[in-house]
Order: sequence, then structure tokens, then C-alpha cells
Amino acid sequence: MTTFLGMPATAPRGVGHLRGDTTFPRAARQALGNEQLRRNLRHATSTIRGKSSRVIAELPDWQELRTAGSAIKADVMSRLPELLEQLEARVTERGGVVHWAADANEANQIVTGLVRATGSDRVIKVKSMATQEIGLNEALEAAGIQPVETDLAELIVQLGNDRPSHILVPAIHRNRTEIRDIFLAAMPGVDPSLTDDPPVLAAAARKYLRETFLSTRVAVSGANFGIAETGTLAVVESEGNGRMCLTLPDTLITVMGIEKVVPTWRDLEVFLQLLPRASTGERMNPYTTMWTGVTPGDGPREFHLVLLDNGRSAVLADEVGRQALHCIRCSACLNVCPVYERTGGHAYGSVYPGPIGAVLSPQLTGVEDNASLPYASSLCGACFDACPVKIDIPSILVHLRNRVPHPPAERAAMRAAAYTMDRPRLYAHAQRAAKLARIAGRRGRGLPPPLSSWTVSRDLPAPPDQTFRDWWASR
Amino acid sequence: MSSKDVILGRVRAALRDAPAPGEVPREYRRTFPGADLDLLVDRLVDYRASVRRVAEDTVAPTAAEIAGGTIVVPQGLPPAWRPADVLVDDGLAPDRIAAAAAVLTAAAVAVAETGTIVLDASPDQGRRIITLLPDVHIVVLRPGQVVASVPEALARLDPARPLTWISGPSATSDIELNRVEGVHGPRHLHVLLLDG
Repeated sequence: MTTFLGMPATAPRGVGHLRGDTTFPRAARQALGNEQLRRNLRHATSTIRGKSSRVIAELPDWQELRTAGSAIKADVMSRLPELLEQLEARVTERGGVVHWAADANEANQIVTGLVRATGSDRVIKVKSMATQEIGLNEALEAAGIQPVETDLAELIVQLGNDRPSHILVPAIHRNRTEIRDIFLAAMPGVDPSLTDDPPVLAAAARKYLRETFLSTRVAVSGANFGIAETGTLAVVESEGNGRMCLTLPDTLITVMGIEKVVPTWRDLEVFLQLLPRASTGERMNPYTTMWTGVTPGDGPREFHLVLLDNGRSAVLADEVGRQALHCIRCSACLNVCPVYERTGGHAYGSVYPGPIGAVLSPQLTGVEDNASLPYASSLCGACFDACPVKIDIPSILVHLRNRVPHPPAERAAMRAAAYTMDRPRLYAHAQRAAKLARIAGRRGRGLPPPLSSWTVSRDLPAPPDQTFRDWWASR
Repeated sequence: MSSKDVILGRVRAALRDAPAPGEVPREYRRTFPGADLDLLVDRLVDYRASVRRVAEDTVAPTAAEIAGGTIVVPQGLPPAWRPADVLVDDGLAPDRIAAAAAVLTAAAVAVAETGTIVLDASPDQGRRIITLLPDVHIVVLRPGQVVASVPEALARLDPARPLTWISGPSATSDIELNRVEGVHGPRHLHVLLLDG
């Protein structure tokens, strides 16, 4: 019965959105051909980068805050069981109900059952990475329950039958004209003379969603932080859709990854400074809601907290990779990544794109299911510098590359190279052969198959006219 | 075996290398000099909130002028602040709150450095819903409620109360990163900063 304990389970296949249909290189090549996408992404990431660096520069203690944030997260991971049980106890004392979900299937079952019990056939949703990860919308729809995304970008994605492409701004790949067309095609009751002016588009969404907010009795949210010491949950947002969902309905169901727990109330003083500045480039996001259990006469009468594993314990088992669980989902690493900026989020295949996705997704699913993602990086290190909790993403990428099964041709080539380099005479011959290849005119055309897969995206340096050994011998 | 036992079992197994619980270095600033009301006003205005410095006896007429219609107030709002024609929240239905021109409340704390106002659902601030549905939110702030930094604000707040942190009006940047105010919450935030 306990044999599985030593082998932590990863996120189940066939459910949720952690695995793509195709490898990163293939998906990236397709994205690179889309000029509109690249223009939208370049504009968005450079704008956020600029805003973020301006407000970070205002804080003389930014590095001290990063150090504290990193240390708090490391502390959380080291005593996760104790903190989770403390959180459960505090939430329960304050009238909330805590559920534990080992994987996506169980979380979806719990939420679906809770919604059914209310008799509602519709839920309003706050944008949440955890519920996207487990494919909650699909599970609710299969159960005859309509999930309505209330974040503007998430609504654009939902109405467009699309997938999010960024953690913070899921519709970053769409421009205003595309958004107008999506609204005209899919938003019930939309004004047919809708223009593509951003305030007009936002007003259309406001009008459509107001009625839904006021008439839906159940809401589902994620959580940015859950405080063990007090049982308080926190959601940060901008639009007010979060406040609507968190305070208007009778029943609130919050799905939170187990890594989101923080020990004390005071710890928020670190993360509430790090998150908005790193994420949206604001000194503070427009709205933050904090609640502890239920408060009679104010807000939902029923509160359920679903604590989600879904592969997180597998990430925790890896001593190098576990720091990926420190992620506070700010998306700063996406905005500085030259690879993300050119390919966009869809190429990563998972709801977690960019550098953090390249380390988190393969660990949540098992590296064999996302084997190309650890290579979806140039290892330039910009993500490490940008991370507000100092996750060493490049080191985890390299660590994971060593766990990816290497293609037979590459293994054979590396073995042959090692053999040759161990034998001076053979090595000298090989160098001369390389020179011959140059004379034969292969320069610039890369290596012949199967080694061509290496040189298709890399320049093959031309061998020098004279090897070092020849030069030395001539002295 | 419950899912709780399964998850905690996996987590304990994952921590077999027994990483030491860490000391957290807290060398960041808890407060700093020079964070005065002017900094708060500057940050609020930067977020497109409107700020007026008023005497306590002019709160009511100023609020009435800003609202230009029905104002919802929480039951515990100081009587001196109440404009003549107000709708007191005694459990009002959402559609009545939404139909009001504005809501007028006090606040718990304000953070100068970030331009943030925190409501803690005390009687002079009321239920969370009343500051969410009207299009205009008028907040009255006493100078003594203003602190410099986020750490100072948290130290003053009670986590057991429902808390709403507000930094400017509702805003989105989801369409080509153009900031648009009032997607869902109040489109206008007015801060009345009391003298003395």
C-alpha cells in the first residue's frame, strides 16, 4: 500500500493542459512564420519590461526583498506538510472546508461535485493557472456546467476557442482587430457596430459580464497566497472581476497548488512588493482581496479550499528542480526571454510557457512527456536575473537536459568524438579530414544527416587553414 | 487512505534529503523617512485617482457634488460625513447598490509608497459589495491612517477581517497593453484627504 510513496506521482495523462501535441522545435518553427504574432509579442514584452524596470528601480531594497522571498519559499518547501496542515486547521476553524486533490482528475471531481450540490449550472471564474492546468473548464462542461471566464483576456481566449499564450496577459498574441472580430462572432448580445477601440471593447465585456456576475451563485478562483498562520487566502488582480467573483456569490471554491502556502501574515509584506513590480510593472496591482474562511454578512456563505498536488510532490522530490515550486507566477521570465519573445506561449504546449514553463512542465508531467522543453532556451540567464524569487532557471534547464533521453545519433556522435579525442593519432587524422571537408566545399552547409539536426539551427564553424598541431610542428 | 494522506505521504517522501528550514533574512526596509501625504497624493494621482484635501465639515457637500446622484453609505459612516440624501446599506440588494451613483466610505490604512488604500470592512467601511458595484467610489482618509510602506500597513491590519486593497480605479491592460479603466469595478476613485 505504501510502495508508491517513494515514487511521487506526476500529473496524469489525457487530462489538463501540461502537454503539447507536438514538440517545441516543431511548434516554434510554425510560430516563427507568423509575423503578426511576433509583432504583438515584441510590443507587449518590451512594454512590460520597460514598466517593470522603472518601478523596480524605485526600490533601493529590491535585492534584499528578492533574497527574503527566495528564503521564505525555500523554508516553505522544507516544511510543507506542517504548513499545509496548519493552513487546513485555520481555514476549518474559520468556517471553510478543505479538500485534498492528489491529481487533476480528483480536483475536477471535487469541484464538479461541489458545484452540483449548489444546484447551479453555471460558475463564474477568476483567472487561475491551477484551474487551467487541470482542465477544469472542460470537466465542468462535460458535467453540463457552464464556466464563464471573467478576466477580460481570459474571456477573449474562451470566446475565441483559443488557448492562453502568456501567464499574465493570456491574449497577448491578439491585437485589437482580432479581439473585435472574436467579440462580434461569439459574445451574446454584442452591439454589431462594435469598433476596435480598447475602451469600447472593454465596455462591451463589462456589459456582457455584469449580468452574469449578479446572477451566478457559485464562483471558482485560484489563490496567489494561502497563509498557514492565519488561514487567509489572497488574490491579486486588476479589473475587479476577482472582487466580483470572490464576494458576490453564495459559494466560493478556491483551487490552490500546495506550493502556494506561505508561513506567516508578515510574509505578505515581501510578496506584495515583489509580485506587482515584477509582474505588471506596477507599484501595486489595482485590487487585492484577502479573506479568512467565511465572514457572516459579508461575502460567500460557503467557502471551499481545494489543495492540489498534480505532480508538485514529484517536483519537490528533485533537489535541484524543486525550486521551480518557488514560482509566484509573475511572468517576468517570459517577458525577458528571447526565445519566448519569438515563439509565443503556444509553442510550449503547456499552460506554463516561457522559461518557468520549460522547467515546471517537464517536472510536473515527468520529463519524458515534455522532453523538448528543457531545450527551449538559449541559457542566456536573463530569466534568472528577472525572477523576483531568484529561481535559477538556467541551472534547472541544464539539470533536466541530463535527464532527457538523448537521440541515438547524438549519443553515437558524442561517443565517437570522445574515442577520437582520447587517441592523439586518430585526432590528428580527424583534423586533417575536417580540413579536407572544407576544401570539398561543405562550409556553410552544415553537417550531413543525421548530424544535420544539430547544424540546422547553428552555424558550423569553418575549420582553420592550419591546425594548432601543424603550426607547432612547423616551429 | 485519504487523498490528504497520499499527498502528505508523497511530500514527506520527496523531502527525504531533509532540507533545513531556513532563517529568512529580512534586511529590506520596514519604513523610510520622507513618505508623507504628498507622496501618497502623487502616487494616487499617478494611478488616475482624484484627490482633494478637505476639512472634515466639507466632506458631505464635496461627496454630494462628486456623486451628482444617490450615494450608498455603510451604517457606521460618521454622521457628519453623510450628505443629506443617502442610501444606508442595511443589507441592500445588489441591483439597488449597482444603481447608485456612488459609494462613500472611510478606510483602514493607506500606503504612501504604492498609492494603496485598504478597506477592512469595519462599520465605517461596510460590506465589500458596496464599494464594488457603483461606478464611483469616494474614500475619506485621515492623515493618521497613512503609513509609508507595505510592511507597516500589514502590521496595522487584522487578517481575520475581509480586506480589500485598492490602488486606483479598476483597470485592464489586456488589449495591446492599453490601460482602460473600469472593466468591472468602479471606474472612478476619489480620495478626500482630511486636514489635520
